[in-house]
Amino acid sequence: MTPEILLALLAATVQAGTPILYATLGEILTEKGGILNLGVEGMMLVGALIGFLTALHTGSPVLAFVAGGLGGACMAALHGIVCIWFMGNQVVSGLALTIFGTGLAGFFGTPYIGRTAPGFDKFSLPLLGDIPVLGTIFFQQDALVYFSFLIPPLLWAFFRYTRWGMAIRAAGECPAATRAAGLNVLAYRWGALLGGGVLVGFGGSYLSLAYTHLWTNGLTSGRGWIAVALVIFAFWKPSRAMIGAYLFGGIMAFQLRLQAMGTALPSSILLMLPYILTIAALAFSSWRSERTHAPAALGVNMEPSE
Amino acid sequence: MMRKCLPLFLLAFLALGSTCFAKDLKVGFVYVSPVGDAGYSYAHDQGRLAVEALDGVTTSFVESVAEGQDSERVILNMARKGFDVIFATSYGYMDPMLKVAKEFPQVKFLHCSGYKNSENMANYFGRIYQARYLTGMVAGAMTKSKIIGYVAAFPIPEVIRGINAFTLGAQAVNPDVQVRVVWTKTWYDPATEKEAAKSLLDVGCDVIAQHQDSPGPQEAAQERGVYSVGYNTDMSAFAPKAHLTAAIWNWGPFYAEMVQQIKDGTWKSDFYWYGMDKGIVDIAPFGEMVPAEVQKSVLDKKAEIASGAYQVFTGPIKDQAGAEKVAAGAVMADGDLLGFNWFVQGVVGTLE
Repeated sequence: MTPEILLALLAATVQAGTPILYATLGEILTEKGGILNLGVEGMMLVGALIGFLTALHTGSPVLAFVAGGLGGACMAALHGIVCIWFMGNQVVSGLALTIFGTGLAGFFGTPYIGRTAPGFDKFSLPLLGDIPVLGTIFFQQDALVYFSFLIPPLLWAFFRYTRWGMAIRAAGECPAATRAAGLNVLAYRWGALLGGGVLVGFGGSYLSLAYTHLWTNGLTSGRGWIAVALVIFAFWKPSRAMIGAYLFGGIMAFQLRLQAMGTALPSSILLMLPYILTIAALAFSSWRSERTHAPAALGVNMEPSE
Repeated sequence: MMRKCLPLFLLAFLALGSTCFAKDLKVGFVYVSPVGDAGYSYAHDQGRLAVEALDGVTTSFVESVAEGQDSERVILNMARKGFDVIFATSYGYMDPMLKVAKEFPQVKFLHCSGYKNSENMANYFGRIYQARYLTGMVAGAMTKSKIIGYVAAFPIPEVIRGINAFTLGAQAVNPDVQVRVVWTKTWYDPATEKEAAKSLLDVGCDVIAQHQDSPGPQEAAQERGVYSVGYNTDMSAFAPKAHLTAAIWNWGPFYAEMVQQIKDGTWKSDFYWYGMDKGIVDIAPFGEMVPAEVQKSVLDKKAEIASGAYQVFTGPIKDQAGAEKVAAGAVMADGDLLGFNWFVQGVVGTLE
């Protein structure tokens, strides 16, 4: 493998990892508050479609990206109504959300298959883009990739240093004690759920606004599920989410380049690689870790007060 | 009084209706993807419009029908609703259609791209490989790196045949050219197909061809400032600066001919595999970057193929390992073409 191909591969890695990174961070925020949301795949699809339609009708990619995030939040709100208001089973509601989101996006999106919408194109960041190697890999991307770099540190600082962030963590670890301390647990859970929904929606709209400028049914093709798995791999830490998302994106980009270079390995095996890696990474990280990193009250519903 | 008579009126109306429209032939189409995809199903639907234009024929279609069980339900429904002719346009509809065809002997069934038929079920397909050969000539003339990328769907004879024809066409104008294949195992996944095209561009390809229905690979070529060859329909709208030409389907004349024969009572079940001579396959208009002399040589070859003077798979043809598979001067039989399971020399890629 020549250095040029390697550089191109690493740059493609960052791009392929970005939608998964957004979704993983969104799910981390949601789960930190104690809500398990398995609807990521469906939320991403709705976000992707709403982003695409907004871009198509307004011509503004930025507005489209924001709309995609709001679309994800609307889907998350459904999960909140079922699980926070009515205390429904979080696993079942999340699965239903995926199925519903896939159908909803397919129903409204089918007439738009084959249309092209304006979106984000790559541009080199001044100064940073000129750095050898690192500049080529990280700073000759599109605006949404740059934006995604900001979120893990912000999320980390949010959980560590802000009242809201700590309250969300408390709501996920021990909701009863949090309530006894006089905090409104359900409000914080709502905040984490909706904020996470926005990030997941961003991940979806990255696919239809930057990765391609197209819409098709099932555009996410399983990336939402990968994000759910990567949350566990990441031990609910935003920094590790970055590693996980790029690892998966890297293998996805790598297997195609391996084919393009003319390997003798059957393509069926190569196409399996990203998923095999996900399972292996999950198993390995859980085996190495001495304790579970999951929020203690993850998936446990909380009675509305009084 | 009125209430009692209403059913009678209705009955009379229905009777009148059925005599008025008795000769209207109902023709149904089943598509695997949405019509709006500017791709495979779009091309079939353009063919349906040619049938709709015939006198005394009404048509309708069902889109996005999954292959297998779902398609059996859809085809069965059409047959029950009194459709006279049903076209099923994807490979995976073959067995379900055969099953329904046995139950409805008076209905005429036509299945695209398969190999099973019966008294009232015919197969049809087009020799798109002829168009691929011509697009290969264009790509071979335009490449500077002598490496052409081919983003391919599934390793089945239809796709392999297309890659081989494309490669032979490219070699005809540029003998040392190499065609690199990346399988995506998808028919319509813009993200994966675009990434596959980019991976080919990274290893030095400067023309991208494709055998899927999404314009993802075209986008990749446009972004990198290299050339592309489309498939199904003219894809130039997606990549105006990159799109050299495309191998395209033109089902209209064939569909109209079949339905007319059925109306006239002269139709019989058969395996129809029409080519450029009938206009069922063609190439899209050239992009303006294609030099006039290249355009001329391609159009000359097109005329030779259409007249039958030139066969795409004429020996000598060697396989990837260099062994001679088709002797000099020999022409591959249709049966061998339909079961194509090896790559010609010059293709870089695996068959799995």
